[in-house]
Amino acid sequence: MQNGPDIVIDVEGLTKSFNGRTVVRDLSMQVKRGMIYGFLGPNGSGKTTTIRMLCGLLTPDSGHGTCLGFDIITESDKIKRRVGYMTQRFSLYEDLSVRENLEFIARIYGVQNPANAARETIERIGLRGREEQIAGALSGGWKQRLSLGACTLPDPQLLLLDEPTAGVDPKARREFWSEIHSLAAEGLTVLVSTHYMDEAERCHEIAYIAFGEILARGTVEEVVSHSGLTTYNVSGDDLFPLQTKLEHTQGIDMVAPFGNSLHVSGRDAKELESSIKPFRSDKKYKWEKSEPSLEDVFIDLMKRSKDNFQ
Amino acid sequence: MMRLSEIFRADGFLRKVFAMMLKEVLQLRRDRITLATMISIPLMQLIMFGYAINTTPRDLPTAVLLQENSDVGRSIIAALKNTKYFAIKYQAKTPYEFDHLLASGKVLFGVEIPANFERGVRRGDKPALLVAADATDPVAAGSALAALSGIVQTALVHDLGIPDAGTPAFEVRTHARYNPAGKTELNIVPGLLGTILTMTMLIFTSLSVTRESERGTMESLLSMPITPLEIMLGKITPYVGIGIMQAALIVGAGVLMFHVPIVGNFFLLAVLTTLFIATNLSLGFTFSTLAENQLQAVQMSMMSFLPSMLLSGFLFPYAGMPLWAQYLGEIFPLTHFIRIVRAVMLKGSTLADLQFDTAMLVLLMLIAMGIAVTRFRRTLD
Ligand SMILES: Nc1ncnc2c1ncn2[C@@H]1O[C@H](COP(=O)(O)OP(=O)(O)O)[C@@H](O)[C@H]1O
Ligand SMILES: [Mg+2]
Repeated sequence: MQNGPDIVIDVEGLTKSFNGRTVVRDLSMQVKRGMIYGFLGPNGSGKTTTIRMLCGLLTPDSGHGTCLGFDIITESDKIKRRVGYMTQRFSLYEDLSVRENLEFIARIYGVQNPANAARETIERIGLRGREEQIAGALSGGWKQRLSLGACTLPDPQLLLLDEPTAGVDPKARREFWSEIHSLAAEGLTVLVSTHYMDEAERCHEIAYIAFGEILARGTVEEVVSHSGLTTYNVSGDDLFPLQTKLEHTQGIDMVAPFGNSLHVSGRDAKELESSIKPFRSDKKYKWEKSEPSLEDVFIDLMKRSKDNFQ
Repeated sequence: MMRLSEIFRADGFLRKVFAMMLKEVLQLRRDRITLATMISIPLMQLIMFGYAINTTPRDLPTAVLLQENSDVGRSIIAALKNTKYFAIKYQAKTPYEFDHLLASGKVLFGVEIPANFERGVRRGDKPALLVAADATDPVAAGSALAALSGIVQTALVHDLGIPDAGTPAFEVRTHARYNPAGKTELNIVPGLLGTILTMTMLIFTSLSVTRESERGTMESLLSMPITPLEIMLGKITPYVGIGIMQAALIVGAGVLMFHVPIVGNFFLLAVLTTLFIATNLSLGFTFSTLAENQLQAVQMSMMSFLPSMLLSGFLFPYAGMPLWAQYLGEIFPLTHFIRIVRAVMLKGSTLADLQFDTAMLVLLMLIAMGIAVTRFRRTLD
């Protein structure tokens, strides 16, 4: 359906500072066509800033690259015509109705029959019966749908979705993701940022960003296996005293409660083994070797990165 | 910054301007308060000023100085007393007393009948009836002055059988004290047209870009394939319509209620008013691209509105201002527009007479648009 390069986003060394503070540092990224690429990271890590640089809304201080084969610095006009950008904060007109917002966008992009295009989009996002409702009066979940509808209406080749599911209830989140998957199945490339770890599992590939730098990337499995973490799952009653003791033990880098168990991880497997040996004799607790979760990996990456910073 | 040719080459130029325009109209339609303001500002101002104009002055405290004791003199005083305009409070005995009454503000009006006035009237010499007006209240003084001549003439014809030759048998020699350009309603309606349009047009467009930034809609708008010029024209055009509506309201009321004539070509007046509206809208849009928030935008509008009102010749006669102020006045669209409106409405001037002021309006508009398009922030940097 779409023509263009197989690498849809290809940027190198993007750096951006605000008021002397570097917010995105030397960021490189490749996203292949048809991918759902998850862009994960805590709040303030530079996700929005990176996305804005990709679609020409911010000019990088240094670095270069292309988006859909067009230079992100000199050809942002061409990029804008082919990219659907869903902003983190609702940015359609709150004083226009659903239909009016969509028709406005259709007209700007030169869609053949704006009224028709708006109607189709309303149908697709399930907003039928609410066409004449003022956008500002919609609930959070409906606003998100409308935004997604708006940025897909002009038939873009790339979607940049900035925390599209923030503050949306779990059911709406699930529906949102299935919509994203069906869009990708049609050949769209989707870059989606989120700070929900569980959403990483829904992406073909992920990049984890913290403090303006990408700390890990690849498929979820790759990220986990490249982390070099060894993790034990501890279960039993009354885990809290154990957690406190483990946290102060040398050779254990991370202790995180997960429901009724503890994840105990270390970067050096041997050191971890010897550190936990004394605790394992306590029959109150059951120790099992397990895979680190993505969250373990990210928290560890962030800690390490923070240590480097300070 | 982008080159002009680049802007016009962009595809779908008119389509995008139209899309933007339609969006603005839809938003405007929902914004009841703004709409109400746009209609009520001109109406309110007109009514406020209109009272001052329309209540042809009542009971203006007046002093009379009779330099001769004649029938004509007594007849004039009787006529003045009979009208509701003047309240004769004092009969001054000396010119000194007469001056003092005016200077102290005890009276706003003084009528002096000089010696040998009656003889002059009867001989057809057109002697001067001296009228001194405290023109610090130019509106009141102006209308009273306008009324005076007719009253006196009628009185003379009626009481003394002095034939009405079509022209008055005397000359009213006015001395408007303290404000040499004693004004009349004829000046106020054109002035009001200019100031109301300046104020409303500046404020409404100066808010247009900052509003998008503050509501966060700018991020969406900037991510769409639309150029600053398209945004500007799309945002300005609907307000041209509103400006024309306001202008029609003011001119219509001026003609119907205050009998301001339109001596010149109505079409010319309409075209030049539209030009003036567009100039102010461009200026407002420029402020909008320079300001960081709506408050700043309003402040900038006010910063330009106040001096333009003071220096345009609306409140103070242009010719009476120091030279530097006159030059400064030239940079305000209002100055040129007031000249244009006065000339077209009252003097029947043609475009040929108004080349300079028209060209200045066009120039100011293009400068404002140029600044706006280049200063428009196309990124969020
Ligand atoms: N326009 C701006 N001016 C100044 N600081 C900014 C601006 N935009 C973002 N920042 C700062 O940059 C950092 C990264 O922001 P952002 O890219 O929005 O992170 P994220 O989207 O991952 O939450 C934050 O600390 C934020 O305060
Ligand atoms: Mg963000």
